[in-house]
Amino acid sequence: MSIHILVLGRDKAILEVVERLINSHEGWKATVVGTEEEAFAALGEKEFRILFVGAGVTAEEEAALRRKISDRYPRVVVARHFGGGSGLLENEILSILNNISYGK
Amino acid sequence: MSNTILHKAATRGHAAHGWLDSYHSFSFANYYNPERTQFGVLRVLNDDIVAGGKGFGSHPHDNMEIISIPLEGSLVHEDNMGHKEVVSAGEIQVMSTGSGVFHSEYNNSPDKPVKFLQIWLFPNKLNVTPRYDQVKIEKGENQLQQLISPHMSEEGSWIYQDAWFFSGRFDKDKELVYGKKRAENGVYFFVIKGSFLVDGQTLESRDGLGITGTDPIQLRSLTPDSEILIMDVPMENKIK
Repeated sequence: MSIHILVLGRDKAILEVVERLINSHEGWKATVVGTEEEAFAALGEKEFRILFVGAGVTAEEEAALRRKISDRYPRVVVARHFGGGSGLLENEILSILNNISYGK
Repeated sequence: MSNTILHKAATRGHAAHGWLDSYHSFSFANYYNPERTQFGVLRVLNDDIVAGGKGFGSHPHDNMEIISIPLEGSLVHEDNMGHKEVVSAGEIQVMSTGSGVFHSEYNNSPDKPVKFLQIWLFPNKLNVTPRYDQVKIEKGENQLQQLISPHMSEEGSWIYQDAWFFSGRFDKDKELVYGKKRAENGVYFFVIKGSFLVDGQTLESRDGLGITGTDPIQLRSLTPDSEILIMDVPMENKIK
């Protein structure tokens, strides 16, 4: 069963790279969106485990999003993705999955 | 109270891709060690060797402060901000990737390998306009040169983080005392060449030592022509 990862960001070109990198990993499936509205629409359709907040989303927007997600989808781990589809992406996902495994 | 984290060179993550040989002081790509993910805002310290004529094709970055330090040879950098630059040993390259940048990075030599450090820090300001900078390492031996600071007006380049980098090349048995720049910071020492005694701990080439709590910190070079990089970084990231 795949782990579904939702990625919210404002830079379409970077989102495409992030989507490709996540999907290249066996067992991970990415959905990328550009707005909060699209994020909540996606969350209503599929069971995501991780929501990455990417470039262009401000700290204030991220904080508001975390509050809403915590209320409506408490199983979803919200994390800031740093680095823009670089060598950190896989590590960020592994770290979140490791924390989930150990109940952190 | 002093807390130290020792990363011996041989315990680093290693990725050999043929054209790229990379040692990771912290978790990176498919090297994942939950005990070694970062030292404060210092997230990536990669020790890379790229074969002649090879390199990293165009790829994106965002919201990272990226510092590249060539140790041998030179790199050709090209980005979508319009920069096409060569950065050589004796210089450092700084990128604030902010809202997003695409760049490529190739060995400038068709046949000789380039050796360089890639260092990434989490920024203290998100989504800034990306910027590129390059500075020369000009100071002579037996003294530290400031490479990075948070302030445009200071020596070296600047980044969006309350971090300072210094490097220095020392003769044998030179002593110095390093005082950290902020009480909230920790200091990560990385030996580029030779060996040093840092806070009573012997460090060999490519060893890393992170120290929090101790200030000032005593250093002594143990071999001729020893070179060290000092990264004074916040232990907690406060987004401004």
